[in-house]
Amino acid sequence: MSKKLLEVKNLRSEFKRDKSWVTAVNDVSFTINSGEILGLVGESGCGKSVTSLSIMRLLSPINSKISNGEVLLNGQDLLALNKKEMRKIRGREIAMIFQEPMNSLNPCMRIERQLTEAILLHNKISKDMAHKRAYDVLKSVGIPEPEMTLKNFPHQLSGGMCQRVMIAMAMSCEPDLLIADEPTTALDVTIQAQILDLMEDIRKTKNTGILMITHDLGVVAEMCHRVIVMYAGSIVEEASVKELFANPKHPYTQGLIASVPKLGSKVTSLPSIPGSVPDLSVMPKGCKFAPRCKYAMDICHTEEPELLDIGEEKKRRCRCHLVNQQEEEVKR
Amino acid sequence: MTETNKVNEEHHYMSAEELPKAKSKTKEFIKKFMKRKTAVVSLVFILVLIFLALTARFFVPYDPNQADYSSLLQGPSAKHLWGTDEFGRDIFSRLMVGAKLSLFSALISAFIGTVIGVLLGLLAGFYGGILDSLIMRGSDILFAFPDILLAIAVVAIIGPGTINVMIAVAVFTVPSFARIIRSATLTVKEAPYVEVARSLGCKNGRILFVHIFPGTIQSLLVNFTMRIGTAILAASSLSFLGFGANVTEPEWGAMLSLGRNYLNTAPHMVLFPGILIFLTVLAFNLLGDGLRDTMDPKMN
Amino acid sequence: MGRYCLKRILSTIPLLLVISFVVFMFIHMIPGDPARLIAGQDATKEDVAIIREQLGLDKPLLEQYGEYMKGLLTGDLGNSIKNGKTVAQTILPRLKPTLMLTFSSMVWATIVGIAIGVISAVFRGKTLDYFGMLIAISGISIPSFWLGLELIQGFSVTLRWLPTAGLDSWKSYILPSLTMGAGIMAVLARFTRSTMLETMREDYVRTARAKGLKETLVVMRHAFKNSLIEIVTVGGLQIGGLLSGSVMAETVFSIPGLGRLLVESINFRDYKVVQALLLFFAVEYIVINLIVDLLYGVINPKVRYD
Repeated sequence: MSKKLLEVKNLRSEFKRDKSWVTAVNDVSFTINSGEILGLVGESGCGKSVTSLSIMRLLSPINSKISNGEVLLNGQDLLALNKKEMRKIRGREIAMIFQEPMNSLNPCMRIERQLTEAILLHNKISKDMAHKRAYDVLKSVGIPEPEMTLKNFPHQLSGGMCQRVMIAMAMSCEPDLLIADEPTTALDVTIQAQILDLMEDIRKTKNTGILMITHDLGVVAEMCHRVIVMYAGSIVEEASVKELFANPKHPYTQGLIASVPKLGSKVTSLPSIPGSVPDLSVMPKGCKFAPRCKYAMDICHTEEPELLDIGEEKKRRCRCHLVNQQEEEVKR
Repeated sequence: MTETNKVNEEHHYMSAEELPKAKSKTKEFIKKFMKRKTAVVSLVFILVLIFLALTARFFVPYDPNQADYSSLLQGPSAKHLWGTDEFGRDIFSRLMVGAKLSLFSALISAFIGTVIGVLLGLLAGFYGGILDSLIMRGSDILFAFPDILLAIAVVAIIGPGTINVMIAVAVFTVPSFARIIRSATLTVKEAPYVEVARSLGCKNGRILFVHIFPGTIQSLLVNFTMRIGTAILAASSLSFLGFGANVTEPEWGAMLSLGRNYLNTAPHMVLFPGILIFLTVLAFNLLGDGLRDTMDPKMN
Repeated sequence: MGRYCLKRILSTIPLLLVISFVVFMFIHMIPGDPARLIAGQDATKEDVAIIREQLGLDKPLLEQYGEYMKGLLTGDLGNSIKNGKTVAQTILPRLKPTLMLTFSSMVWATIVGIAIGVISAVFRGKTLDYFGMLIAISGISIPSFWLGLELIQGFSVTLRWLPTAGLDSWKSYILPSLTMGAGIMAVLARFTRSTMLETMREDYVRTARAKGLKETLVVMRHAFKNSLIEIVTVGGLQIGGLLSGSVMAETVFSIPGLGRLLVESINFRDYKVVQALLLFFAVEYIVINLIVDLLYGVINPKVRYD
């Protein structure tokens, strides 16, 4: 199961704003193994989506750039590929599904055309074969009448059906890696569960690695094996799902988990993290979370902590001065 | 929007020194606008032109209506900067003096048309119902005469002349503003602050002019600026067709129309009035574009 | 779809009726006595009375309206005062040059306008974009009659490549249709650019890129096809206005078309002809709008399959 599928090293992406560059993603490193689901959580604007678009190299060249890092897919650096080579990766080796299934499908093209477009692009097969493949993938994602759905336009389908079609489209070329950017956020709760089940099925049968981007900790708890928490463009913590929920280290992670209501507990008000994500162009000095952190010390406002391996087996990572100090004390 | 609000809150939270000085919205707007060079240049051009139009009598080298039979149809020279026409009149002097007529008649008629259109649009959007259908069907009828045809139709009814051309241009302006402002009103009407005003028991008239009208000003300003350009084009077109001012008057379109007969011998008679109309309209359009982009930077 | 078409067609009928009424009232809206205006200040009372009778203005209003509507249905719109021919005889020979002009300017303006818009959107912020938008804003700001005169000056007077006026060969259409189409080209270019920019921000365009499609295919197959739905609407409105936009070009190039006939008739106070032309232009515009709306339904699957 644990073949290293994707390895992101020191990724840094920048955006142009009023003629100057601001950093949206800074020094992000992580790996995904095949058959593994890695969760990527954080508030909106923390750089989750930019990270995923950087992997796909889909950032608009007009106002954004990847200024540093490597993205290794099966050992091959995607950032070093030319445009044509990169197009062969997209859709065939890495596929993506998005937050708004209704808007992510072309409104003036039949489902069939949208599905076969990708299939024909990456496979040398006839149109009939492509049609057959489209039919099969629709069926495999649990669409009851694939033949009819193929003839439909997106607006004739429900949101959940659209997301199934998106997943079918993503899986049609059997990619090694699936990037799911908030795949269930726009859907009803019951549909959410179905879509998540479907993704879990796919992972099991195809051994696909999944990068699950979400702000919903419930989804993370249910689906993921490991989790990365991002804040203001940087990774602040990484741990297995169990460890993260049982023993969150970073104050930001603690805040996130505390702000989720727990079943059965009778709290009248949920704790929330004061303030909000800082603006990219006016990042605070030192730890980016310090202005909102109730444990902030002097050093937090002056020096940015590093992302260090922590825990007894060094399997977790955390970016916090306080945690580092505690670690030091344990060692002594 | 919410994103920026969040950011602002964060500024407060972060530290007192980094708090940006409280600026009025207008100052902010002017600052943003000044960054758009083409729009600023256009504005300067328009202001200079208005200044020249108002003071033309004092600086022009020749009497714009004084015939000089010793220098007919002369090309541009040191003596006559932009040449002379078929009566030996100095074209530069005529254009500068005529600026007042051409520019201000367009400005005034666009303004009158806009005011009427805005009023109708506000009423239609705010009250809805029969009044709305009446006003909107009325503008549908006017819209059925596309573009300059409406202005021509008005002139056909009331006859030619400077004032009549102005009326025609004003009428031609009304329906599009009624539509624009109506839809802006409908949007603003749903805004929470209007709901609040209503719940506080504000009278309709007060809600309409104090709360709703200011909400439509942005789209109004942009459209009005661009409309002046259209009005200048429409008025000069009507003059060119011979429906406008008396040909002896130095109106830009009329001057161009005269020059048409001397295309072979004196092309400057067409060239200079044309360039002037073109640049003036261009300036108003670029200014309008600049204003729009300043208000809604999404589009650029 | 069928219902949509029917509804749309039926909804234009009241507008057509109202327009025909407004045009009927045209002659009654003229301040003063139209017959006196035609005859001139020096004319005798008898002459004025004859003209009034010719215009049918001596009858009661309701009867006049009845005759007008009857005339509309049978194609009899009265006689021209200028030459005594029927209005139909006056207008019909003028139709062809205007239609030819409209068609030729429509074709080049649509192709060039959309092309400039798409290119500007794709190369947004680059030199090509600025250049395209410079052409577009100039096209909107340029007085068409001046453009026409300068074209004559350049291509006919100086270079002697093309005729200055009249309609002798296909060459005669080049300059007038350039003149007429410039504004529409410009409007279409600007609208296409802004629609394309909006469409290219859509999620489904990102989906298309994520599939691994070539950028040209992403732009043409996904972004442009969706933009086209909006572009058709605006383009149609512009083209509907073209026929009456021929007024300026026909005047500049002395082309015997409907636009010039309108100007001549207004100057001559040939009210019956003016009335008929106004009605013709308005109805043409409404019908084109109707066609555009129906077309919108045909190319927009959201309307087609509902």
